[in-house]
Amino acid sequence: MVRSVISGNSASAYGAKIARAEVIAAYPITPQTSIIEKIANFVANGEFKTEFVKVESEHSAMAACVAASLTGARTYTASSSHGLLLMHEMLIWASGARTPVVMSNVNRANGPPWSVWADQHDTMAQRDTGWMQIYCESNQEVLDSILMQYKVGESPDIMIPSMIIEDAFILSHTVEPVDIPDQDAVDDFLPPFAPEKKLDPDDPHGFGSLVMPEWYMEFRYKIAESMDLARDRIREVEKDFEKRFGRSYGGLMDFYEVEDADAVLMIGGSVASTAKEVIDKMRKEGKKVGLARVRYFRPFPVDEVRWLAKKVNRIGVVDRSYCFGHGGPIAAEVYGALLPTGDRPIVKNFIAGLGGKDITPEVLERLFNKMLVTNESGTEKEIEWVDVKGHSLGVE
Amino acid sequence: MMAKLTIPEEELMYPGHVGCLGCGATLAMRYTLKALGQRTIISVPACCWAVMPGVFPLTCLKIPMLYTAFETTGASISGIRAALDAKGIDDITVVGWAGDGGTADIGIQALSGAVERGTDVMYIMYDNEAYMNTGVQRSSATPIGAWTTTTPVGTTKDWKKMPKKDMVEIMVAHKIPYTATMSISHPEDMIKKLQKAQKIKGPKFIHIYAPCPTGWRMAPDKTVEIAKMAVDSGAFPLYEVEDGIYTITRKPKELKPVMPYLAMQGRFRHLPQEELDGIQLGIQKRWKRLLKLEEFTRDLEGE
Repeated sequence: MVRSVISGNSASAYGAKIARAEVIAAYPITPQTSIIEKIANFVANGEFKTEFVKVESEHSAMAACVAASLTGARTYTASSSHGLLLMHEMLIWASGARTPVVMSNVNRANGPPWSVWADQHDTMAQRDTGWMQIYCESNQEVLDSILMQYKVGESPDIMIPSMIIEDAFILSHTVEPVDIPDQDAVDDFLPPFAPEKKLDPDDPHGFGSLVMPEWYMEFRYKIAESMDLARDRIREVEKDFEKRFGRSYGGLMDFYEVEDADAVLMIGGSVASTAKEVIDKMRKEGKKVGLARVRYFRPFPVDEVRWLAKKVNRIGVVDRSYCFGHGGPIAAEVYGALLPTGDRPIVKNFIAGLGGKDITPEVLERLFNKMLVTNESGTEKEIEWVDVKGHSLGVE
Repeated sequence: MMAKLTIPEEELMYPGHVGCLGCGATLAMRYTLKALGQRTIISVPACCWAVMPGVFPLTCLKIPMLYTAFETTGASISGIRAALDAKGIDDITVVGWAGDGGTADIGIQALSGAVERGTDVMYIMYDNEAYMNTGVQRSSATPIGAWTTTTPVGTTKDWKKMPKKDMVEIMVAHKIPYTATMSISHPEDMIKKLQKAQKIKGPKFIHIYAPCPTGWRMAPDKTVEIAKMAVDSGAFPLYEVEDGIYTITRKPKELKPVMPYLAMQGRFRHLPQEELDGIQLGIQKRWKRLLKLEEFTRDLEGE
């Protein structure tokens, strides 16, 4: 093990390297570029034996990854924002073709207007592509999640691709101490990719041919089934990882001080770290607040949300993106998960931090305080945009 | 004296394809697989051949095939080659097999990227001169003057007004080691060129002329005949370009007139005489240019 002080992007490049990705196809986009630059340097210096295909677009990056994966290679790519949006068609292809590609995505706002700063709209817009999505809090989690998701995704009964997500600049370009596991330990944890079927002249098959209505739905059901199975697999793999490397992240949803909490904020991404600081401070002042960190958005932690709703009466969901028309994507999932149960906590949706607007400790403290006193359970102030100039429903 | 070329007996395309009656693309695939043999992996985007192998779980092809999205053939074969390289496998021919729309229009970026990177693949465009799988819409490879469902004649004579995009010249401009045209009417020439290409490292681009009786509005038993007429009239000359050097592989002493070729197809039926004369003139100019290219580049040989 080597302890290094590295950025989230560097951690991503190391993750791909020690996972022994055999094919990497990628195209540069801010703020992802330093991931592929780092990989290019590894390759140029002979430190990383991989086929790095420097494609001419993100769409081609994902198309090449799908093809390489179907030829039996472990594949990796990295992107962000518009690059991810351009990939959309091939993201659906990757899951439909059952290729366990792992991709790092640096969460960045979509234009117009142009913005290169943190925002979850790029990945949230890929909700329905059939990818697992992991929102990371630290650079260590970025690296570890790559290793774990290869293992989860490549399980023969899963075969689903994964997106490892890090906030633009806040993680991608900020250095933190990161333990880079030894290659032997990683090899022991993560055996080579060995798919049951691949493109092979000695055993020829067609991959992705035309199906009539009598079979299409069955193919889709198999993905749904695997995505559901993935919940348990994620927990198992994390346990195994913890045993070997001494680190874990709380499964699908990472809880902090929720057991006796009067109010909880639910957040994905690096803002969770800020929230933990705020919680420590507020608890010292006698305010019982807690955090539910959304690690996985897909598969969604339905059981975890329902468990939380039994314990806590006030849940403020902080979305760093918005689904135009109604509400933030995480909040929509929470409402959806709770509807079939009898539990009806007050759930409010805060829209905050779009396009890199800072979510400071002061902002989070205001949201916690608001949740602690609110008795609004109706539709009145269900969705509030936080600190938007000229917005009448801003948090006081 | 050179031994007579024969067509390999091995069949990798079996009966059961679901193409139209008289489909030229079936012959293109059958000869191609005969030429390349069993150690071949093909990636196919949306096109007639994405449907023609048959419906799941059946296929009439005995080679592994990856069905990919319309615009991704170049990227898809890049991914296959990269994976084989990663595994140290070097005895497999990786083929991209796309229609003219998937190549000259929506897939041109991925193709350009793949060949610019020097990828060791064979990209084959089987050209039926329109989006035939979706029902005869114009592509940039549709010839000038042709009717399609999106270039209807109407009352304003709205047939295709621009000439066919020249993919071979675009590929030659990428400075790739091998580019060739071939026609299903000349299978021995096809086999010879494909097997030559197979031995060359790096990107190869093949343009196969594959008539489509359905879209060209002609009798389905004339497919091979019309393809031969295209070659003999110079509407579709057969040549290859190796490292920039042009060789015309079928050079009639004199080109036959193009009119009988055009007259056999309903898609040109509406054209007035001056347009037909224009097409004839265009073909002659192009042929002349090709002869000059051959003469000029021959001097570069060995340089």
